[in-house]
Amino acid sequence: MSNTLKLIALGLITLVAMMGINFARDLAYMVHAIIIMLVAGGMFIYTLRKTGEPVPATPSNEYFDSVVRAGVIATSFWGVVGFLVGVVIALQLAFPALNFEVLQGYGNFGRLRPLHTSAVIFAFGGNALICTSFYVVQRTSAARLWGGNLAWFVFWGYQLFIVLAATGYLLGATQSKEYAEPEWMVDLWLTIVWVAYLAVFLGTIIKRKEPHIYVANWFYLSFIITVAMLHVVNNLAIPVSFWGSRSVSAFTGVQDAMTQWWYGHNAVGFFLTAGFLGMMYYFVPKQAGRPVYSYKLSIIHFWALIFIYIWAGPHHLHYTALPDWASTLGMVFSIVLWMPSWGGMINGLMTLSGAWDKLRTDPVIRMMVISIGFYGMSTFEGPMMSIRAVNSLSHYTDWTIGHVHSGALGWNGMITFGCLYFLVPALWKRDRLYSLSMVSWHFWLATIGIVLYAASMWVTGILEGLMWREVDANGFLVNSFADTVAAKFPMYVVRALGGVMYLTGALIMVYNLWMTVRGVPAKEQNLATAVPAE
Amino acid sequence: MEKYSFLREFADSWMLLALFAFFIGVIAWVFRPGSSTTYADTADIPFRHAEKPANPEETRT
Repeated sequence: MSNTLKLIALGLITLVAMMGINFARDLAYMVHAIIIMLVAGGMFIYTLRKTGEPVPATPSNEYFDSVVRAGVIATSFWGVVGFLVGVVIALQLAFPALNFEVLQGYGNFGRLRPLHTSAVIFAFGGNALICTSFYVVQRTSAARLWGGNLAWFVFWGYQLFIVLAATGYLLGATQSKEYAEPEWMVDLWLTIVWVAYLAVFLGTIIKRKEPHIYVANWFYLSFIITVAMLHVVNNLAIPVSFWGSRSVSAFTGVQDAMTQWWYGHNAVGFFLTAGFLGMMYYFVPKQAGRPVYSYKLSIIHFWALIFIYIWAGPHHLHYTALPDWASTLGMVFSIVLWMPSWGGMINGLMTLSGAWDKLRTDPVIRMMVISIGFYGMSTFEGPMMSIRAVNSLSHYTDWTIGHVHSGALGWNGMITFGCLYFLVPALWKRDRLYSLSMVSWHFWLATIGIVLYAASMWVTGILEGLMWREVDANGFLVNSFADTVAAKFPMYVVRALGGVMYLTGALIMVYNLWMTVRGVPAKEQNLATAVPAE
Repeated sequence: MEKYSFLREFADSWMLLALFAFFIGVIAWVFRPGSSTTYADTADIPFRHAEKPANPEETRT
């Protein structure tokens, strides 16, 4: 019966997608309609072949880990893709000739940049969040994922969202809201997937066998709920036509700007911070083999973080049409936010107290610790940059890009790598990783890459800010914009080099994880029996 | 505009007070007597059931 309904729905979607190809008003819509037609048509045939076949019973006495394994693979894949596009656009900025003439309109910086940001934040980060949250919520609830195959729908639905968003960017479908570029159709699809995600996560928590909800789940849950709210409100728009990808935002002027940065900053706060703190609160204790430093602090950390983060958005709009009181509010809350951020950092770092020797012997824990270190650094830098006087120098310069990357590469990237190194042997039932010295190589390449990236962006950002505001004795501006571009060239090359190192580290990781899964006997001693170097 | 002024005034006063009271309440709740033993048990959750879910017969411990 349910298969009949599914077949009818899939058939209708395929039909409407075919009509969409015919009536499409723009290329991006047409390509999306083709993708949807192929996916829905393929699902139709798949479902049809399964109809009437006996359904294998799902075992309730084991965890639903196949979807987590798929998530680990997707995270690694999208990570490499996102870093690679990042390296390409970094080189395009340094050497404009790499905006090839034949690729104009598709492969130039303007089209590739949102592809890079969304690939690393939503494809790499999003898949990491979904798969680790599915892993953690089962273990800390002592229950199998709720909803049966709904978890697979979340996984594949999210991959479809990524593909639709990525093709849309390249073909020019964008509603020009940063980190929320996808058009209305893709937004609606993500909303459906996200509600299913919330249902799976919350359903598992409700049927848990542990009396308490572990703190990691609080962070994951706040991330899922808040992102749902942010996504729906910021993407309120009216499509121009059902057969086209253009839409008109429900907000105008400064309200639109404020809604966008309320969304934008909380995407940082809840997607890239709260969700990844959920990872920290589970995987750092697991890898260190000891419980979190202070559970009381973790509760205060949680409530302080979510109460304060939501107000910080207006600091993106200093010196604009936004009223002064609003940008002051955003600035003050950004500075107050320093406290819960560092509370969380201390809690994560001090989890190792009494086990600091592990830093010397276990490169995975080293990776997690440096990620917490970068978290502390960028959550200090951020409040400082939100101060109006500092912002007048730093805003619109490369300093902002450096700040974002020390947070994203350092905190989000490194904690995700640490989780992947933990998860792969656990999920594929291997004794240990293929090679720990490769983990060390990854660690150092990534760390030095981030340092090169952040340092070059500090230099070029401050240089740019100072050059823009320099006036001569008569009050005329001294430098043209092109002068700053010329002055930045060496720093852009250094930045691209940092990106290449980070990408190389990620490729080493992928090889290491692949060999771990293949079960090739490793060349080194087991970690437990390794003798620490004296 | 009247709705705006009302909401603005409400947000500045009662809502601010309510949120602040909630937050202070959370801190007080965390430090309630006997919480340390409860939290020691809760903090130990990641080290249980790593391989398999709890048995269906097993009650919430």
